Amino acid sequence: MVEGFRPADLREALEFRSQHPSIPIAGGTDLMVQKARGFALKPDFDKPLLFIGHLPDLQQIIVENRQVHIGAGVLLSDLIKSDKIPAVFKEAISLMASPPSRNIATIGGNICNASPAGDTLPYLYAVDAILVLKSSQAERKIPVGVFITNPGKTDLASDEILTEIIIPDKKFGVSYYRKVGTRKGMSLSKASFTGLADIENSNVTDIRIAFGSVAPTIVRSRKIEASIIRKPVSEIKTAVPEIVKKYAPLIRPIDDARSSAAYRKKVSLRLLEDFLRNLAS
Amino acid sequence: MKIEFVLNEKKQVIQVDPVSRLLDILREDFELTSVKEGCGEGECGACVVLMDGKAVNSCLIPAGNIEGRHILTLEGFCKTERYKIIEESFLKAGSVQCGFCTPGIVMSTESLLRENPQPNDNEIRDALSGNLCRCTGYNMIFEGIKLAAERGKGLW
Repeated sequence: MVEGFRPADLREALEFRSQHPSIPIAGGTDLMVQKARGFALKPDFDKPLLFIGHLPDLQQIIVENRQVHIGAGVLLSDLIKSDKIPAVFKEAISLMASPPSRNIATIGGNICNASPAGDTLPYLYAVDAILVLKSSQAERKIPVGVFITNPGKTDLASDEILTEIIIPDKKFGVSYYRKVGTRKGMSLSKASFTGLADIENSNVTDIRIAFGSVAPTIVRSRKIEASIIRKPVSEIKTAVPEIVKKYAPLIRPIDDARSSAAYRKKVSLRLLEDFLRNLAS
Repeated sequence: MKIEFVLNEKKQVIQVDPVSRLLDILREDFELTSVKEGCGEGECGACVVLMDGKAVNSCLIPAGNIEGRHILTLEGFCKTERYKIIEESFLKAGSVQCGFCTPGIVMSTESLLRENPQPNDNEIRDALSGNLCRCTGYNMIFEGIKLAAERGKGLW
C-alpha cells in the first residue's frame, strides 16, 4: 500500500485524490492525535495520506470584490498576523491551542475536522462563509453550515479537497466573542459565543448569533435573527427574556470530560443575554 | 518516502514512513534526546523544536511535512550565543528544576525572541502557553525569559 503522497501542486494532488482512497492531511494537529497509538509509536491511518499543507495554491489570503478568499492551508498563526482578517475572528483564533500548535494547524483542517468545539466555526457560520471544494473534474461552492453534517462528519467527497474559504470583507459595528474554557491558554471550548450586529439610526439592521460546543454542529437561527432585525435597540433590552427563551431549545449540549450539559446551556444563554444587553447600551 | 530536510544546519536525506512523527525521528534516528515526549498530543510542549524558525510540537508533525524544512533542536541551538544568554538567565532566575520541560521552554523562548525581542509580560505568557511545567509554577520561567531579553539586547 502507498503510505503517503506529497504532490508538487494542487493538480497533482487532485489527480491522486481521484485515483486513490486517501486522507488529505495539512498540519496534522488533529489527525495525528486522533490516530495516535501511544508513546513512541507512529499513528495508524487506514488509508494513504495525501500531504497538502505545503501546496502554494492553498496559502494565499486575497481580498477581491468585497470578499476575503482564504486558502485552506493558511496557518492559524498567519491568520492572526494578517491585516485582511476581521479582528473578532482573529480573537477567536488567538485563543485556540498554543503557539507551537497554531504554527502548524490550518484553517481548512479545523473546518474538515468538524468538531462541535472547532473554534474557527462559529464565526464562519455567523458570516455565511462559503467553502470551495475542488476535484480533478469539477469545483463546487457550498456554505459551511451545509458542508458540516455531524460531529466529525462533512460532505467532502472522496475525490475532493477543500481549497478555499470565502468570507465577506466586512466589519460589523458590534462584534462580540467569548470562549468559556478551563484556562485561557491551551483550552478546548466548553462553550463559545459569537455575536455580530450592525446598528443604524438606533435600529438593528443586521444581527448574527452563533453558539459553539453546545450541539452536534454550530447553532445559528436565521428565523430568530430575522425577528430581531429592524427592532429599535431601545426595545432590545425588554425583549431579552423572550429572545433567550427562543434560543433555549436550540442549545442541546452534552455532558463530557470538559463540562456538564447544564453548565454549558446556562453559560451560553447568559452570554447571549450579555451580548443583547450590550447592544442596547 | 524519501525526505530531504535540514537538521541543526546539516542537510539530511532519510528514507522514512511518511506517517512517522518528527519527535520519534529526532529521538530514535538521530538520538537527539533533548526532544521529550510528554503527552504526545500537543498539550505539554516538551517536544517543541523550531521549524523554519518557529516553535512547533514535533509530536504532531508527520515526516511527510518536513520535506525542505529547517529543523532546529536544542542540540543545534546550544552552540549559539543566544542560547548562552538564555542558559545564564534561566540559571539566575531559577527557571529550571527537574528539567524535563526545559528544552521545549528554551525553544519556545527562542521562537518568541526571534519574533519579538522585547516582549511584555502578556506576550511572554502567550508564547509559553503551550509549555507545561510541573515544578516552577511558571513565574521563575517568565523571569528568566525577561532577563534573557534584557541581557541579550541586540542579539535577537
